[in-house]
Amino acid sequence: MLAKRIIPCLDVQDGRVVKGVCFEDLRDVGDPVALGTKYAESGADELCFLNITASRNDEAITFELVREISRSLFIPFTVGGGIRSVEDARRMLRAGADKVALNTAALTAPLLLTELADEFGRQCVVLSIDARRSGNEWYVTTHSATRTRGQTCVEWAVEAVERGAGEILLNAIDTDGVCGGFSLDVTQAVSAAVSVPVIASGGAGSVEDFVDVFRKTEASAALAASIFHSGEWTPDSLKLRLGAEGIEVRL
Amino acid sequence: MIGVVDYGAGNMKSVTDALEHLALDHRVCGDAKSLAGVSHIILPGVGHFGSAGCRLAESGIMELIPRLVQKGVRLLGICLGLQLLFAGSEEAEGVEALGLIPGRVVTLKARRVPHMGWNTIDPKRACELLGDEESRHYYFAHSYVAAEVPAERLLCTTVIDGQDVPAVVGGEGVWGVQFHPEKSSEAGLALLRRFSAC
Repeated sequence: MLAKRIIPCLDVQDGRVVKGVCFEDLRDVGDPVALGTKYAESGADELCFLNITASRNDEAITFELVREISRSLFIPFTVGGGIRSVEDARRMLRAGADKVALNTAALTAPLLLTELADEFGRQCVVLSIDARRSGNEWYVTTHSATRTRGQTCVEWAVEAVERGAGEILLNAIDTDGVCGGFSLDVTQAVSAAVSVPVIASGGAGSVEDFVDVFRKTEASAALAASIFHSGEWTPDSLKLRLGAEGIEVRL
Repeated sequence: MIGVVDYGAGNMKSVTDALEHLALDHRVCGDAKSLAGVSHIILPGVGHFGSAGCRLAESGIMELIPRLVQKGVRLLGICLGLQLLFAGSEEAEGVEALGLIPGRVVTLKARRVPHMGWNTIDPKRACELLGDEESRHYYFAHSYVAAEVPAERLLCTTVIDGQDVPAVVGGEGVWGVQFHPEKSSEAGLALLRRFSAC
């Protein structure tokens, strides 16, 4: 049976892993290579590396870090931030990424999703959505969640999958770094609307949050950062508890 | 010496990093000439059946592999590499591949495609590549699957939405794995080590 995946996330800025609350108040939590290795050795099912500044000047640093981390990482590795073309993606894959995550670039140039899927297969193409609630609806935001578009997350997810996205990384901004639980409503709404795996992200703070997201939504995976950075949980210790709750995990 | 075939699209580095980690001699082979003298070939697996098939044909590797296999060179196809062991795929009708294993490659029909993540495998027949690992979870990421594989070449299956799907096919020197051993942690590395000893 297909296991639910637990994915630690490294938000990287200027070569360091940082973590904030709702994308603000970033603080340094460590070295990406050391943290990536630590999580892989303690049972992570996959590792996600998001270059959160993604300006042209830290491109070289990113490639070097991706190369360095992937060298001893024998689990899948997703890299996002700053990928704007097929050639950018090719270089990232050749540096050791297994999948590339696109956010703003896919909104600006949706054709890129199709081009990437045609070249590398859709299993390589992750669409990352930063979702923000407004009333009863969740909207797509861009530029590190500083701008909102008039498009709902469900609409954009459906369109992106039609264009070639093979997976959706759905990050609920309102709960990011808050540790108050995943946003179950938008996670389920998007999961129900698309035919590709959905990764829930934003808000994980306790075992119960993971139990909830896997019991109450069809999410295939859950991504988290703070809960692992704090040392409170390792992927293994978390999965042991999830397994005891009857959730299919890889132990 | 393991030759890792480079057909332009795949993330070669995942495979070569794993071989490096296992201290297994290997080299990346982008053309037919560079495959001379290898004892094992790995056909890695990310990309599109059509573009991979065309690049293999253009480089002369497609034509060479069956001849090397006949001489006793061991072959392992990973993911798309498994699919290239068959004659053709619904992903790219008309593109001819290796045709080393009877059967064909069809679109995966499931609630969520790609089939992505760690799934367990169920052995159907004895297979030198598999040991008695505690964990039977391997990492899959694919949208197409092998079909109509004769029972004697179907070594392991995995279950997707209740349907049995080929996970390991082949035998007698030619194997295909639908999952990614180079991304399947200790269980996958053990499989690569066993392949190198076959």
